[in-house]
Formats: sequence, structure tokens, C-alpha cells
Amino acid sequence: MRIRAQIGKVLNLDKCIGCHTCSVTCKNVWTSREGMEYAWFNNVETKPGIGYPKEWENQDRWNGGWVRKSNGSIQPKIGGRWRILANIFANPDMPAIDDYYEPWDYDYGFLQNAPDTKTMPTARPRSALTGKRMEKIEWGPNWEEILGTEFKHRAKDYNFEGVQKEIYGQFENTFMMYLPRLCEHCLNPTCVASCPSGAIYKREEDGIVLIDQEKCRGWRMCVSGCPYKKIYYNWKTGKSEKCIFCYPRIEVGEPTVCSETCVGRIRYLGVLLYDADRIEGAASVPNEQDLYEAQLDVFLDPNDPEIIAEARKQGIPENWIEAAQQSPVYKMAMDWKVAFPLHPEYRTLPMVWYCPPLSPIQSAADAGKIGFNGEIPDVDALRIPVRYLANMLTAGEEEPVVLAMERMLAMRAFMRARHVDGVEKPEVLERVGLDVETVEDMYRYMAIADYEDRFVIPTNKRENSESIYDGISERGGCGFSFGGGCDAGHSDPDVFGGKPLAQRKFFPIKADREKA
Amino acid sequence: MEIYLNQFFFGVFPYIAGAIFILGSLLRYERGQYTWRAMSSQTLNNSRAFRWGSVMFHVGIILLFFGHLFGLLTPPEVYQAIGITTAAKQQIAIWAGGIFGMICLAGMTILVWRRLFNERVRANSAPADTFILVLLYLQLLTGLATIAVSVDHPDGYVMVQLGSWAQSIVTFQAGAWEYVVDVHWIYKLHMFLGMIMFTAFPFSRLVHIWSWPVAYVRRAYQVVRAR
Repeated sequence: MRIRAQIGKVLNLDKCIGCHTCSVTCKNVWTSREGMEYAWFNNVETKPGIGYPKEWENQDRWNGGWVRKSNGSIQPKIGGRWRILANIFANPDMPAIDDYYEPWDYDYGFLQNAPDTKTMPTARPRSALTGKRMEKIEWGPNWEEILGTEFKHRAKDYNFEGVQKEIYGQFENTFMMYLPRLCEHCLNPTCVASCPSGAIYKREEDGIVLIDQEKCRGWRMCVSGCPYKKIYYNWKTGKSEKCIFCYPRIEVGEPTVCSETCVGRIRYLGVLLYDADRIEGAASVPNEQDLYEAQLDVFLDPNDPEIIAEARKQGIPENWIEAAQQSPVYKMAMDWKVAFPLHPEYRTLPMVWYCPPLSPIQSAADAGKIGFNGEIPDVDALRIPVRYLANMLTAGEEEPVVLAMERMLAMRAFMRARHVDGVEKPEVLERVGLDVETVEDMYRYMAIADYEDRFVIPTNKRENSESIYDGISERGGCGFSFGGGCDAGHSDPDVFGGKPLAQRKFFPIKADREKA
Repeated sequence: MEIYLNQFFFGVFPYIAGAIFILGSLLRYERGQYTWRAMSSQTLNNSRAFRWGSVMFHVGIILLFFGHLFGLLTPPEVYQAIGITTAAKQQIAIWAGGIFGMICLAGMTILVWRRLFNERVRANSAPADTFILVLLYLQLLTGLATIAVSVDHPDGYVMVQLGSWAQSIVTFQAGAWEYVVDVHWIYKLHMFLGMIMFTAFPFSRLVHIWSWPVAYVRRAYQVVRAR
């Protein structure tokens, strides 16, 4: 048993209001640079929809994730090592920038500099790639917001697999939900496996997956390997970039920017202990529907005295073990079984998990015909088809998703009875396998969701993380820079032809207007 | 003067170019690895034509490189010992070079056209990107042009001269330039452009050639770094 720790994450989709605060704060901090305009380390999609980039879930098209071979081992779906190297000159599985969208900005300056005209001046769009005028914007980072575009386009959503989707195109039956997405910081990441340079790595101490910007050579295989399409090729620097899980914040015990700023308080961060020796076996189970359960078996119980003793022996710091015992992620994923991995069938063992969203009961038309299961409504009566959620979260296996939603409904019914009607109804909990104590705990974490309960992040031990900080905190350090040590901090083109990274070439610069 | 120029360009310049190539590469690897990349523009323009062009260019040029490497640096005694006459070797060189050259030419024509006329790619090309591509294109064209001259002397004598020059250069023997002083100017132009290419190497995206990732085939899929 090799015990490692990871900061995992849960997103409670039941509470996501689709405000995009996570995406915007993330972008402002990490990707508001030339070459990365099109990249959103965090984005929020309206589902059903084909998403960003287009049809990212369709692995027949993009070949992301892993496949299990007939001999029982797994390899990246884009191919084994030799095949990946053979495709290095022109990656056949790579989304081009138009599959995301052509980035643009507006001529805001024209609003101030426009000459005297009879019409209002407008700020027209300009391509960030060419600097030229864009007459019509064809696609954007959130084109399907609140069910934008026609149903026949959105119906290509992979999660409709096995669902009679036609009826959901009708107005009366339509449904939607939000899906915030970021790098999953997988236990078995395909991006790492497909990087020919070995530049992508998982950090042993907290599981964060990073791209070494010094070692990246821009072969672009990670972009194809990642089934979540959360690695972005920076066309300005020629290197790939990805969500860094805000590691400078995590190291000092602060939540990631997306989690910190989430106004719906849907995001949870906590430590999970896992057995690294079980990863390969779990990722290789024959049946895709068993991958969710297999991943649960990789996690270790932080309250088990044997596990604690072994973790100490293997050098897991004491504050990390304590954090694992308090972990909201462990509670939701393991204790209550209300959180699930996103698309476990990719065999990546993702570490950002999701509570399925409850949805309005098929109301008006069906009023009076709602199936009630005792006190709580029948999950089948919810607007979002269970199969759709199961395709997203458990490779199509409906049973665990149904149980999770029933537990969430039971929590609501129990607390509603207690707080509104003033009666205790423990009987609603029995059928879903909960007791009063557990449901009070669930209520505390999922409904109240205090800051301290949502984010249980142990700080890195200072003596162990000295090297991480030598750029920032040590006297005479270089501060935050994009590789190249202190060298690359300056913005002049260097002798080797590096272009200044902060250069913005597409705003027409006009001479200062003379004062009248 | 002519003697001096021959001496300089084929006796001295190879060492200047070689020194810049090696020291420049080392220096850039040490000081500026962040700029060490293939600089693909596939994401800006991912057409089928580009993918074919890129594959043909790379495959062609790699074969040409190894053709030159073994062709120029194998001493006559070695290939004669395994039963290949000088004339036969020239035939092999002409055919292999011609075929690989045409593959490379087809691919490179697509790439040059794309770099110059695709709006997005051109807008995001550094001067060095366009320069190195045009240089390689000219180098390829002069290389193919030498075939027309070579067929006039099928005995392989000129080829041996060129080989002796290269072998003398890499073994640091004085007077290497004397081997090539009388060869047709098209060979000299091709050699000159080649040395310019080595000189420009560390200052361009060509550095990615050093990094071709052989270690990957033996590496474990997962990489974990401890602090």
C-alpha cells in the first residue's frame, strides 16, 4: 500500500445558479493573456449542449481518455506510445481553435475617439488572432447559455445516449442544468500519459497535475489525450497550459479562486487519502459501469487506525491526516454517496466530483399525477432524466444516482418537516438508509455550507515546500514568472526570437488628440 | 580573392557555423528553455492539407538528413568493402535524394504557402519563423537542382570530393576547402545555405529537433514528482 493524499473537490450542482463568477475570476487571475484568450481553465456549460470545445464528450470524434485492450491493460485512446510519436508532426485528434471559438475583443477605444457622427458609435469586434475585423461572431465560450441554439444542435450532447431525446425538444418537456468544468486532476490522467516530453506530472503531496513550462515542447498530445479537453495550447508561447488548481493558494491553505468566489457556495475542497497501488487496477476494470465503485475502493478511510498508522509511517503529515478526517469531499463521496466522478468511463479516475442536481417536478401538465414515494417525490418525476445524469456521472448506471437524489430529497423533506411543520419525521430517512445524525450533518455541509466546512485545506509544511516558494518569498527572489527563472520576466524580445508575451497588437493606436 | 573566399566559406565558416550551432543550442537550453518548443500553429489552421503537408515535410526532411549524414560521412573504403561501387552509390544518392526531396518539396510547398498566405498563421509568425522556412525551402530547391548537375558525371567523382570535404571538416583537417574549390557553383550554394541553416539553428524554432522524444517509448505512462 502506497498512501498518497490529494486535495479533491466536489461541486454541488443542485445549488449552481450558472452565474459564471468562477469562470470570470479564474480568467482574470490566470488566463487573461495573449494566446490564452480562448482558454477557460474553468467554464460553466448549460446542459444539454455540445459544450466547449464542441462535442468534447464525443470520444469517437476526439479520442480522449483511455481504452481497455483485449489483454486487460489500458492505453490512451489516441494510441500507444509509438502511435503517439508517429502522429507528432500533425496531430489528427487535435481540436483547432475554431472548435473552441475564435477569440476576439472590441474596439472600445472607438467609443471615446469616434468623430462627430449622427449615429451612436459602436465597439465592433476584432479577432485576437489576426487583429482584423470580425463581421459576424459564429461561436463563443458560452454559446449555448440557457439553452441557446436549436435543440437539434444541442441534441448531439453525448449524455442523451439511451434517452428518448426527441420529447425533450418540446417546450413542455425541456430541461436544463449547469455544469461547471475544470481540470479533474485525475488519479490516472491521460494527459500525463500522452505527453512525449514527460513535462506533465502529478504532485505527490497534493495530487495537483501541472505542466512544466520549461519541459513542454509543444507536441500537443496532451490536448488530445485529455477527454475533458481541459488542456489548452497557448498559440502565442507554443506551450500547453492547464488549470493549476491555484496551487500557490492551496499551499498556504486557501481555496482555489473558483471555489473562493463561488456565490452559490457549491464548491468543496478536502483531502482524500488513496492507495496509489490500486490505481492501475481500478482504471482497468472490464465493465465501464464498475469504474465508479472501483474508484471508491482506491480511497482510504482516514478514521481507520491502521490506515492512520500506515499513513504516518509513509510520511503523510499529521495535519493532512486530520484534514482528511474532516474532509467534506470524503463525506460527500464516501460516507453519504451523494457525489460522483464526471464521466468515469474515460478511465482517468477524476478527482473533481459532482452532486447531481435535483430539478423541478414535471409540474403543471402533470399536476396531481406526481408519483410520490411515501414522503418524497419519485426521482423519475424530476424533469432531468435520470439516465441523462447517469450517463454523465456513472457511465450510465442509474442506481447510485437515484439513491443520491433520493437522499437529497429525503434531507429536504425531513428538514422541511422539522423547520416548517415543526415535526420530526425520521421515517422519511429510513428508506434511503440515513439516520437523523447523518442527515443533520448533510444539512450542515450541503445546505448551510459554511466556509470552514466547505474548505478544509491543510497547509503545506513550510520546511517541505521551501523550493516552491523560493521565487516568491525569499529575499532577492524573482517573484511570479512564466518559466525561465528570473530571465523571462522582462518583456523585450530576446536574442532567440521570443516575442514579448504581453504584446497586444490589435488595438489601433491613435496619436493623442490635441487639446482643443 | 577567389581562393580567399573559397578558403573562408568552405574552410573557416563551417567551424563558425558549427560553433554557433552547438554553443548557441547549449546556451539557449540552459538560459531560455521556456522558448524551446516546436511552435506548432496547428491550432490556428488545422486543415487536412496542412496535416498532409506537415507530415510529408517532416518525413522527407528527416530522411534527407540521414541520407546526407551517412552519404557524406561514410568513407569510400567502407561502402566499397560491402560491395558498393562509387558510381552505384551516386545512383543510390540521386534516387533516394530525389524521391525524399520530392516528398519534402510537396509538403513544404503547402507549408510555405500556408505560412505566407494564411491570415492567422501569417499574423502569428515571428520573422524567424518565416525566415527559417524560406531558407529551408531554398535549401531544398538548390539540393534538388544539384541532381541535374550530378547526372552529368555518373562516375561519382564529385560526390567523393564532397564527401572528403565533409569528412575533413568533421575530423579537423586543414585544407578541406581544396576538395570543393572546383565543384559546380550549385553545390557551393547548397553548402553555403546549409551552413547558414546551422548558424540560424539556435535562434529559431529548429531547436525542437534536439528534443525529439525517444525516451517516451520506454517511460511509464504516469509521472509523479515528489517535492
